[in-house]
Amino acid sequence: MSADRGRSNALATLASLGAILALWWGVTASGLIAPLFLPGPSEVLLRLVDLARHGFVGASLLQHMAASLARVGLAMLFAVITAIPVGMAMGLYPRINAAIDPLIEFYRPVPPLAYLPLMVIWFGIGELTKILLIYLAIFAPLAIATASGVRRVDPGRIRAAQSLGANRDQIAWLVIFPSALPDILTGLRIALGVGWSTLVAAELVAATRGLGFMVQSASQMLVTDVVLAGIFVIALIALAIELVLRWVERRFAGWASAG
Amino acid sequence: MPVLSVERVSVTYRSKRGAVAALADVSVDVPSGEIVVALGASGCGKSTLLNVMAGFLKPTTGAVTVGGLPVTGPGTDRAVVFQDDALMPWLSAQDNVAFGLQMRGMGQAERRDAAREMLAQVGLEAFAGHAIHEMSGGMRQRVGLARALAVKPDFLLMDEPLGALDELTRERMQMLVLNLWQRSGKGIFLITHSIEEALFLATRLVLLSPRPGRIVQRYETGFARRFLAGEPVRAIKADPAFVAMREELSNAILAHEEEALAHVG
Ligand SMILES: Nc1ncnc2c1ncn2[C@@H]1O[C@H](COP(=O)(O)OP(=O)(O)OP(=O)(O)O)[C@@H](O)[C@H]1O
Ligand SMILES: [Mg+2]
Repeated sequence: MSADRGRSNALATLASLGAILALWWGVTASGLIAPLFLPGPSEVLLRLVDLARHGFVGASLLQHMAASLARVGLAMLFAVITAIPVGMAMGLYPRINAAIDPLIEFYRPVPPLAYLPLMVIWFGIGELTKILLIYLAIFAPLAIATASGVRRVDPGRIRAAQSLGANRDQIAWLVIFPSALPDILTGLRIALGVGWSTLVAAELVAATRGLGFMVQSASQMLVTDVVLAGIFVIALIALAIELVLRWVERRFAGWASAG
Repeated sequence: MPVLSVERVSVTYRSKRGAVAALADVSVDVPSGEIVVALGASGCGKSTLLNVMAGFLKPTTGAVTVGGLPVTGPGTDRAVVFQDDALMPWLSAQDNVAFGLQMRGMGQAERRDAAREMLAQVGLEAFAGHAIHEMSGGMRQRVGLARALAVKPDFLLMDEPLGALDELTRERMQMLVLNLWQRSGKGIFLITHSIEEALFLATRLVLLSPRPGRIVQRYETGFARRFLAGEPVRAIKADPAFVAMREELSNAILAHEEEALAHVG
């Protein structure tokens, strides 16, 4: 891609963002839409600053963010530790795949909010339920991506390692795992996107802290500028997670796209 | 010095579309210090033969032995150089070369030095830290060669290692292979489509014919040794004896092909 095209793409992005912002400002500043339904950009910005300083519903913005991020972080950690080995085993051994794949495919298409009530009955309304919910949302796409990455490994590479004296474990962790890493990281990126939106939704139902809870409370009190500010923070964090993972992909699996 | 022996090997692939006799009763010896080249048209079972020798594939009947002991699987005594390099693209050139040494638990500093030395032998000392995708096809093949030699194998098995290279790079690689062979004295088994390459590199040449894959002719050739004795490549390849033998091989391949076709028809 040329630098020229990159610049004109950035211009297109800025133009569309600018147009939305101008429209938003126009309809609110002219009084066309009442602030209760849609506060103006400057009010939302001021509210964001206020949220950072004074918080909302008993916790500062930072505490709400920390609560949400900690849940996602823990769930991701457990998912990485379990889904990658499970996916490796599924990719390597057709029999293990035959045993596990139906279970994953059974629960994966069900929206997490559909089984949230069941999990509340089983595990209560504490942290465990929320972390488990997001863990399940991450586990399936990550395990599936790992298994398909493992299946795509060039058999020539495995033969090369065998004739260089590698044993089974060495082939699994020094040949197959790195070969599948680009697919695993792509799976993780998609999984975390799903996980983040699941988590925020879960906090709408049962929480005392977290960005989803903050937005939900604000909407019940009809504080629309907090709702909007909360949505922006949620979107920005999702974007930040995406960018970090893209960087990780480039750093650790850049060879795959370098041809 | 040991001999790698293929003894009356047959391989039949069974698939949904029926059985394919890829090799029928093939016997060939690769003694240390010889370059045995297998020449034959596409699909005549050359890769199958190499895979059996490497231990990747069990023969349907017959056996492969090294120094009289049966081969049961892949091993570092028979290093393989692949047509599509089969390098680890996430490792640098140096770490690729050191891979086999890492597998046997050699320390990091020690295997780095060994890898550097092997890279120097194939003329890539300046590229130790390069990523694989930053290298040309010819350079990748040289990394593959260095990786195979690094584990100090008794035998080197090469499946069309130069097939994807341009004419000039290919000739340079042929000379490199001969020089490395002279220095190491290993037994080499090499597959090629190219009659000229076969004649230039071989000390022994076997001609394979398809359906079923079998050895139809064996030759002893001396051009590789003449090159190592100092004769220039151009002179060797222009030598009337070389040209005559090239013609003979072309004719033999054509004749066997026609015979096979007549057989099928
Ligand atoms: N895994 C397999 N299953 C079924 N048939 C196979 C398999 N591998 C090879 N064959 C068949 O066996 C025959 C020999 O194949 P092989 O790859 O050994 O040929 P080759 O001489 O190496 O050809 P090339 O020069 O194109 O590499 C071919 O007819 C091929 O279709
Ligand atoms: Mg082949």
